[in-house]
Amino acid sequence: MANAVLRGRAIKVGDNISTDLIIPGRFAHLRSNLPELAKHVLEDTLPTFTSRVSHGDFLVAGENFGLGSSREHAFVVIKTSGVSAILAKSVARIFFRNAINQGLPILLCDTDRISDGDELEINTTDGHVTNLTSGIRLSCSKIPPLMSAILEEGGLIPYIKKHKEFLFQN
Amino acid sequence: MGKTLAEKILSDKSHGDAKAGDIVIADVDLVFLQDTTGPLAIKQFKESGFESIAKPQRAIIFLDHAAPSPHRQLSNDHAFLRSFAKETGCFLYEVGSGVCHQLVAENFASPGDIIVGSDSHAVTAGALGAFATGMGSSDTAVALALGKTWLRVPESFLIALDGTFPKGVDAKDFILYLIGQIRADGATYKALEFGGQGLARLNMSQRLTIANMAVEAGAKVGLFPSDNVTFRFLAAQSRGDSYRPLHPDDHAEYEQTMHLNLAQIEPMVSLPHSVDNVLPVSKAKGVKIQQVFIGTCTNGRLEDLAIAAGILQGRKRHPDTRLLIAPASRQVLAQAIERGYISSLIESGGVVLPPGCAACLGLHQGVLGDGEACLSTANRNFRGRMGNPEAMIYLASPATAAASAIAGEITDPREVM
Ligand code: SF4
Repeated sequence: MANAVLRGRAIKVGDNISTDLIIPGRFAHLRSNLPELAKHVLEDTLPTFTSRVSHGDFLVAGENFGLGSSREHAFVVIKTSGVSAILAKSVARIFFRNAINQGLPILLCDTDRISDGDELEINTTDGHVTNLTSGIRLSCSKIPPLMSAILEEGGLIPYIKKHKEFLFQN
Repeated sequence: MGKTLAEKILSDKSHGDAKAGDIVIADVDLVFLQDTTGPLAIKQFKESGFESIAKPQRAIIFLDHAAPSPHRQLSNDHAFLRSFAKETGCFLYEVGSGVCHQLVAENFASPGDIIVGSDSHAVTAGALGAFATGMGSSDTAVALALGKTWLRVPESFLIALDGTFPKGVDAKDFILYLIGQIRADGATYKALEFGGQGLARLNMSQRLTIANMAVEAGAKVGLFPSDNVTFRFLAAQSRGDSYRPLHPDDHAEYEQTMHLNLAQIEPMVSLPHSVDNVLPVSKAKGVKIQQVFIGTCTNGRLEDLAIAAGILQGRKRHPDTRLLIAPASRQVLAQAIERGYISSLIESGGVVLPPGCAACLGLHQGVLGDGEACLSTANRNFRGRMGNPEAMIYLASPATAAASAIAGEITDPREVM
């Protein structure tokens, strides 16, 4: 994870994308079959998503991304679909924590400056995004050190497997 | 410097001096899982190499979301959860016991506790003065194993209440109004702390409704101080000894203070597809409704059923409007039978569903058809929430729900009371 520079294409969604839109409750019977569940990701809001997405793409959202339920599955299916990072103007609290726990970068920046299909380069270490299509550079807000440490280990489960506890002092 | 409720509880549970903005490692008093998020948490627990639970007597599994199971794969998930409970010694509430948050309030939550649940409405227990919050499966798995979690100490908003509700207006109208003001992300990462003179007149059922929806403004917790109302509720649940006084300090620092007079609230409705899309019922009158759903962790309590039964008694639901009722727990159902509420509700044409989440999340027991509108007493109306992205969900109080079931359209309950 250290010094990670990622390159990919933006797939844009709007504001207030709830976990019910990412993966609705009606598919709860597929939650123990994640590859099947992932076939339905975002289908009620962006039906072309699963056919468009390719490995390494970025999901670019507006305000309050991931609001609603605590279902970590909503995050897992986005990751399973090949998305390598999420960019948003703001992210709901539980979803943000789930993203870090799953070890996938989630960056907060002004996503109005990114259009669907733009080529982006993301530097997750110093937290900036370069829009290669428009030439604009965006800075992202920093995440707390404990969260970066979890992200560095690839998520909460690998972090806890390694350290057996939270290594942290105020 | 004085402390907010959030700072007090987190200082106590992290054995230090916690101030807003700090990150603390806190002892967890109760960890719970539900049936649609629990299986992933358990897989992660096992994947981490953990074999035992830190506090098995304080770890609970609830089968409530898909209960009884409508699908073979969900039945297998239930079986997986049952065997995990047997292996580790944690308690499991079987299908039909009720919604996790109601059972946590009835049986576990106490002032000053830290509660982590694999469900966003874990915030409900804030009504009892517990720092209770929803987390994903990974966090819940780790809390199960370590009996600890990390938390960022939130800044708090003080919501100071005055006055009493007018006739026909209740806690649901107030919290919808408040979310309309704060908006769906206005309190992201923050604690909502309720205070003021008006608090003493809110019963525990009303407090639970309000705390339940704190997360719909983005908040991490919705906290009430403890008082006589808290004590009487705990004592009635034979848990009087778990009461302890809990108040914010005088000079606690709040990021924002809002003063609200309950006497000025009117019946409110949240329109599709966002909880903060709130209007007074009087401005949404006449919208045709095909299904009314009274229940959930927001409004499935005895007091809610009493209000609905009071309005529906001796009247019939509109012939074009189905009426579904799901008591929030077995205790609620038993008391509602004893007091005659259930007979009034079924005589008016209602269908009583087993205690649990029922139609709330679109899995079973009341999935909507294309183009149908539902008026629900739940907490969320996101598109697709009740099983169909082509359906519309309106959120309102039990009184508005009952009045609308009779008229077949959104109706101000004050017109029929
Ligand atoms: S009743 Fe609805 S909101 Fe409450 S826990 Fe169940 S599904 Fe979630």
